[in-house]
Amino acid sequence: MKLLKTLLATTMLIGASGIAQAETLRWARAGDSLTLDPHAQNEGPTSALAHQIMEPLIMRDMTGKVVPALATEWGPSADNPNEWHFKLREGVKFHDGADFDSEDAVFSLERAMTKDSDFKELLASVKSVRADGKYGLIIETNGPNPIMANNLTNMFMMDKGWAEANNAVKVQDYEGGEETFAARNANGTGPYKLVSREPDVKTVMTMNENYWGKDEFPMQVTEIIYTPIQNQATRVAALLSGEVDFIQDVPVQDLARVDGADGLKVQTAPQNRVIFFGMNQGDADLKADDVDGKNPLADLRVRQAMNMAINREAIKKIVMRDQSIPAGMISPPFVNGWTAELDAVPATDIEKAKGLMADAGYADGFSIRLDCPNDRYINDEAICQAAVGMLAQIGVKVQLDAKPKAQHFPLINNLETDFYMLGWGVPTYDSEYIFNFLVHTKGEKYGSWNGTRFSNPELDKVIESLAAETDLPKRNGMIADIWKVVQDEQLYLPIHHQVLNWGMADKVDTVVAPDDAAKFKYFKLN
Amino acid sequence: MLIYSLRRIFQSIIVLLVVGLVAFSMFRFVGDPIDNMLGQERTDADIERLRTELGLDQPFIVQYGKFLSNAATGNLGVSYRQGRPVASILLERAPATLELAAVSGLFAMIVGVGLGVFTAIRRHGFAANFIMTVSLIGVSLPTFLIGILLIYLFAVELGWLPSFGRGETVMVGGWSTGFLTASGLKALILPSITLGLYQMTLIMRLVRSEMLEVLRADYIRFARARGLRERAINFRHALKNTMVPVITITGLQLGSIIAFAIITETVFQWPGVGLLFINAIQFVDIPVMAAYLMLISVMFVGINLIVDLLYFAIDPRLRVDTNAVES
Repeated sequence: MKLLKTLLATTMLIGASGIAQAETLRWARAGDSLTLDPHAQNEGPTSALAHQIMEPLIMRDMTGKVVPALATEWGPSADNPNEWHFKLREGVKFHDGADFDSEDAVFSLERAMTKDSDFKELLASVKSVRADGKYGLIIETNGPNPIMANNLTNMFMMDKGWAEANNAVKVQDYEGGEETFAARNANGTGPYKLVSREPDVKTVMTMNENYWGKDEFPMQVTEIIYTPIQNQATRVAALLSGEVDFIQDVPVQDLARVDGADGLKVQTAPQNRVIFFGMNQGDADLKADDVDGKNPLADLRVRQAMNMAINREAIKKIVMRDQSIPAGMISPPFVNGWTAELDAVPATDIEKAKGLMADAGYADGFSIRLDCPNDRYINDEAICQAAVGMLAQIGVKVQLDAKPKAQHFPLINNLETDFYMLGWGVPTYDSEYIFNFLVHTKGEKYGSWNGTRFSNPELDKVIESLAAETDLPKRNGMIADIWKVVQDEQLYLPIHHQVLNWGMADKVDTVVAPDDAAKFKYFKLN
Repeated sequence: MLIYSLRRIFQSIIVLLVVGLVAFSMFRFVGDPIDNMLGQERTDADIERLRTELGLDQPFIVQYGKFLSNAATGNLGVSYRQGRPVASILLERAPATLELAAVSGLFAMIVGVGLGVFTAIRRHGFAANFIMTVSLIGVSLPTFLIGILLIYLFAVELGWLPSFGRGETVMVGGWSTGFLTASGLKALILPSITLGLYQMTLIMRLVRSEMLEVLRADYIRFARARGLRERAINFRHALKNTMVPVITITGLQLGSIIAFAIITETVFQWPGVGLLFINAIQFVDIPVMAAYLMLISVMFVGINLIVDLLYFAIDPRLRVDTNAVES
């Protein structure tokens, strides 16, 4: 141990005094990017890796703020609200030397709208994309869409010529049996160039010397070595032993250890993800309960009683080891529409809850099955276990059924669960996204994640009209009205906002990004 | 001989087909791959379209038939998770697992035989008893715990060995090897010990009991009476006769080392087929799961087939019996 400390101290001294030219950052997280094809998978680690190599028109910086990337100016046209005009950055080159212009932007956005693209839903309101000169782009929408630009922050730009030359015009489709060239190769405009990549093993990137923002951003990391390490104990061990400099997904039970270790620190920030329970309140009778001919969850008083019975502070202290922010609404804090009043944590009041249960005719309680994932959210199964005990206090006898996510989520989608856990992140940072998926009646285009069977046609109309409301104060008023209904109806039982933990060597200087995507061009090294 | 062989081969094929059938009937209990493949923003229509495209709406028998007919032409399908042909992924990952299995098999064999002989010869000594007790711990501790303990000791506390990965690898032909670099060799140590520990204790205990048996045999006593040196008796005569069952067991265990490398590979982030399989299960990557399970069953069925045929060649009694039945 002493030897290790000496060694560490020596290496740090060398690092501090010596060559500041080549700075390698060794980065590990639980999962690897699934593909380098920028439109094939809309998934956290995949987009996070793509952000080092490729760039969207506009992006979010490490604090979640929208900033220019390959577009320098944008906004809806003054005379036609259905048209968004983008001014593209001039003089930008792809890693292979090709110029970036409006032709590439049109190609990339149209590629993202094809049927095999995972991003086509985010562009569902787009009618057409066309060039306006070499450095101008016009996106025309079906009706005005005031937050269209928010959907573009993970929509990466590819070089049209490169894609055509390498037979990568189409997004990966699984039936073809062939691998698209773009799945393993990348040619972006981003701050780092791909050097080598073995999926699930190692990806090496080096600084793009010709990057347009070389002087604008710190760019102190000159080489990135990215290794996924799935086992959390091994991941922490790799950081403790100094084999990696920066890890995401530090398990909560190891936080104190990492923070207490010499030369290491942990940084935390609220994540863009809220955890809650959904309840089937629409069906006349439930399958997973012991009440015949009635649905106890359809009674508002029962839902309110359950809400009062859950002790969020206890979950935070015991289950999450202080690594959560108790929630009163199902929206992360930085989302448009979030207010501190709505997110106020409901008081735990067992007596009052029992009274409500008795009023509803369930003085003796009832039993119900709770479906819960066990490999998706931080301590998901343990949260459900805690909830089982808390709900038992008001007579709701819960049988917990915890399963891997691949089995849990189909239950929600196929409406086979009456009481379930779900987590939600909001990539657009606007409440409309939450309403579209979680509040609107489940149907073809909307409500695909709404497993509550809640249906309010009038509210649906308001939700649908949000997309085209260009008067922002009025739109915010509508959002507030919808939230009021969601809260009054006790549509969901919010639990908490997840907290992100990044563990790193002391030399690494960064803030924690709420979307869990580290963008290394912002990293500083001491 | 020919008829016997043909019959054994036919039986092996039946076993393979049944394994595949059972595997395919289980896949839907693993979960639904569609959710992992589509983003959060997918609509119900997208789910339906992809399900139809992948043929997941078909009964599992049809899916299995399609897999078999494709596999017969050498097409193992495309991984749902990586979007790459399964065959090329498997080829890429196989060297890591095979090298790990070879080193841990060798470790188990050498150390196991050595300690087995030692504990048999000095069976009342303190060291021998100590080794026997410790080996019990080795058998009863789960692999992942041993792995984590080794990582904690040798990577975190002492900082001698890497905690994860294969180190630097070199491509020799299409084979990525870790044998040719210092970091590659260092990276092999901890996972090999973790993976081979169970087999090592097994071999050690087997050698010890066989050895004790042999040491009591008449020819050893005669050898002693003849005044041969202890060393010659122990290693020339006793050990040689001990090795027959040990080699049989070791051969069979090599198959299970490869098949059960899954846990070790997960703990050490070893980029082999075991880790690939774990990832495939979590993602419900049916083409990869199917190919891996078929590959492992081909391996086991193949080993058994060879063993059966060897027995036939060696043991004349089998030949007589079959002839009697046939004629």
